[in-house]
Amino acid sequence: MIAAVRVALLSLLLMSAGALAVIETYEFSDPALEQRYQLLSTELRCPKCQNQNIADSNAPIAQDLRKLLYQQLEAGASDEQILDHMVARYGEFVRYRPRFAGATAVLWLAPFLLLAAGITIAVLTLRSRKVRTGEAASLSVDDEQRLRKLLGETEKNS
Amino acid sequence: MAPRLKLFLPLLIFAIMAVFLFRGLSLDPQAMPSALIDRPLPEFELPVLGQERLLARKDVIGEVALLNVWATWCVSCRVEHPYLVQIAAGGVPIYGVNYKDEDAAASRWLAELGDPYRLNIADRAGSLGLDMGVYGAPETYLLDAAGVIRYRHVGVVDERVWQTILQPLYRELVAKGEAR
Repeated sequence: MIAAVRVALLSLLLMSAGALAVIETYEFSDPALEQRYQLLSTELRCPKCQNQNIADSNAPIAQDLRKLLYQQLEAGASDEQILDHMVARYGEFVRYRPRFAGATAVLWLAPFLLLAAGITIAVLTLRSRKVRTGEAASLSVDDEQRLRKLLGETEKNS
Repeated sequence: MAPRLKLFLPLLIFAIMAVFLFRGLSLDPQAMPSALIDRPLPEFELPVLGQERLLARKDVIGEVALLNVWATWCVSCRVEHPYLVQIAAGGVPIYGVNYKDEDAAASRWLAELGDPYRLNIADRAGSLGLDMGVYGAPETYLLDAAGVIRYRHVGVVDERVWQTILQPLYRELVAKGEAR
């Protein structure tokens, strides 16, 4: 049983190595271009396999986009020009970091709003808890006498 | 908030989540609006399928038409093909973009299964596809008479898609053209 699992895991590993090998490599004329290529290809989203960037995806469209990215980098386009070029064809969707605009405002602002809401709730809860513990600390005279009596009894017993 | 009402908070949160999740059931996460809606069809210069004669944008515009992106390697294209033949027989002009395919295989396909296309653009490297934002065949674009993209449908065009989405838009565009 264990041997079978091992074989299965090993073959999975080998298969993934094979899959990685399919991704083509490009020769860049300048190492700086290659760095920008790596960065941009992880920031561009594959339109077909929607939760992968084009660097990770093996879909034909991702290959085409990588080729386009390579060609544009070699042609001397700026990052902004390349992203504009992609967005003009595939929409804001292809950017993992969409620019701030009307439609994406919720996306950008929601985390801050949620953080603010969280802090507010936390502050309110802590404050009300403090009030309650403050009440509990001041026992009535009767309760205090009873408490002393109980404590005294347990001390005697022990 | 009264303590009693606070007890209903989880129920309230559940109700709100249920509304969103229920909405999510009927949403298609793959559906993506084309970035080229209401924009002109990109310029291109590509050969006619199986020939060396070059086609350009001006060869496929002039009337309201469908532009269908297909390939022989695409299984869904085979599914929609008979229906495209049927639409074409009804007089709707359809232009084909043979996307990243081999001309020989594509020509054989058309000879065997019927040819609904007025013209087929051989986009062997997928360059026109890139400019149009194609991300998987089949895709069907609706062009108006001026060559502006009015609608994109990703996936199989079947009777339901044609009758509920594409045909009404097509008729509307044709009527607008005649009124002018």
